[in-house]
Amino acid sequence: MKLDAKAKYQDTHEWARREGDLIVVGITDFAQESLSDVVFVELPEVGAVLEKGEIFGVVESVKAASDLYIPMSGEIVETNVTLEDEPELVNSDPFGEGWMIKLQPSDPKQWDDLLSGDEYEQVAQAEE
Amino acid sequence: MTYVANTTADQQAMLEAIGVEAVETLFNVVPEAARFPRLNLPRPLSEMEALAELARMAEANVDAHHYLWFLGAGAYNHFVPSVVPQLQMRSEFYTAYTPYQPEASQGTLQAIFEYQSMLAELTGMAVVNASHYDGATALAEAAIMSVNAARGNRPKILVSPNVHPQYREVMRTYLQGTPFTVTGDENPAHDLDALKEMLDEKTACLIVQSPNFFGELEAVDRLAEAVHAAGALFIMHIDPISLGLFKPPSHYGADIVTGEGQSLGNNLNFGGPYLGIFATTQKLIRKMPGRVVGQTTDTNGRRGYVLTLSTREQHIRREKATSNICTNQGLVALGAAIYLAAMGKQGLRRVAELCYHKAHYTAAEIDKLNGYAVINQRPFFKEFVVRCPKPALKIAQQLNQQKILPGYVLSRRFPDRPHDLLVCVTEMNSKAQIDRLVTALSEAA
Repeated sequence: MKLDAKAKYQDTHEWARREGDLIVVGITDFAQESLSDVVFVELPEVGAVLEKGEIFGVVESVKAASDLYIPMSGEIVETNVTLEDEPELVNSDPFGEGWMIKLQPSDPKQWDDLLSGDEYEQVAQAEE
Repeated sequence: MTYVANTTADQQAMLEAIGVEAVETLFNVVPEAARFPRLNLPRPLSEMEALAELARMAEANVDAHHYLWFLGAGAYNHFVPSVVPQLQMRSEFYTAYTPYQPEASQGTLQAIFEYQSMLAELTGMAVVNASHYDGATALAEAAIMSVNAARGNRPKILVSPNVHPQYREVMRTYLQGTPFTVTGDENPAHDLDALKEMLDEKTACLIVQSPNFFGELEAVDRLAEAVHAAGALFIMHIDPISLGLFKPPSHYGADIVTGEGQSLGNNLNFGGPYLGIFATTQKLIRKMPGRVVGQTTDTNGRRGYVLTLSTREQHIRREKATSNICTNQGLVALGAAIYLAAMGKQGLRRVAELCYHKAHYTAAEIDKLNGYAVINQRPFFKEFVVRCPKPALKIAQQLNQQKILPGYVLSRRFPDRPHDLLVCVTEMNSKAQIDRLVTALSEAA
């Protein structure tokens, strides 16, 4: 299972990464592997304000549809519109081109509560 | 698909596997008194006695074969070609269950696919689902879909007062306990302009039925522009037979189209089972409730049919499913597909023309009678409203004595309209029948 050293994680298989003041969010390599071919990603509207743990979208694969949970509270400032036509990027590059949203965190301290790469790896292995 | 028996040996093997002595043990959680309660039933009947009893009960019903039938209001007496029941009742279709396993259900899947394709052509819409329970539930689902498409940010559902009153009731039943409100139909005089005024940033959709409950074609031209400008969806409920003659709802910019499909090759059936038609645009396909059959190819490149987009469905995402009662009326939808295939384009157009011309002949003849007036202000299709010289209920009762059902007495739903009768004429009504109706109305005045 691939991990991103710069990212932090959530036990619902989302990753979060700092980019300046913003937080970029996507789903992990383990998550895309479990889902198999992603066929559709439903993303929130720019400007939406969500609380940590709220659903920000849905990822649909040939096997299942799963909700996406936001790892930190904040306002959505950008979404990856490329995924509308190329949802397969979530499979091919989950930590890069397959990113889903950028948010302006309202409570940056929530970053500290997220899982480290090692902690997440244990969570994922337990699920395998 | 082969029938798999459940033998005593099978049961024994299963019980051993789960470590239970007897099947009865599995029901221990049900209080003993409720397990096999004594039912206070009359003595059992032989088949011969039962059939005689059922025949006696059936004889007590009034039906369209024995009465002159001018009753519509949502359930229509159209001709059903004999090819429809003949094919519909084949056991391969008749006993089939939900086609979750495509490798064992190609026939059922293809039949639904054909239904979807023909309805897509008829409505002009990009996608049609495998059907809903009936027209009313299809419309309620459309309202819910419009709210979901707006992610709950638009809680207001605008509906015209000319939409079938029972459909509006079903919609309100569906929306019980949700933060969404149905409005716009409180005042029966609310026309489309008044509804347009009510559009705002909280409106999820505007719902119009055309032909409406009173048989009239609504002035829906350019209405979609106003609805879309407010950021809402435009929902049209249609009569599929009327589409043989009039422009499809796609032409008027509808985002969701619903309809009652009973007219298409299915009998009145005492009010059910019926068929909920549901269609939408490519853009909204993932918001659509119900199931969709798609056409694909197998690994050898051969054509095959499967349930598609089913990851959103109730059997996979139970608590997240848009609809948990999207009963697929497969057999009735099959009847509709056979009917449309048998009729063809020209046939359907002919049925629609006959309905239109016979209804207009009937309306003109009734309008000539002393004391009677046809009060429709707009063009109508196969139904129209007659204002009678005395309470419509009295007139209907008088005509019932002569085995005529002259129409739907509007005071049943609209107490302030005691003199109004909603008359329906289809291709099934001969000129002789129509003339008898007119004479009977004249005598009853």
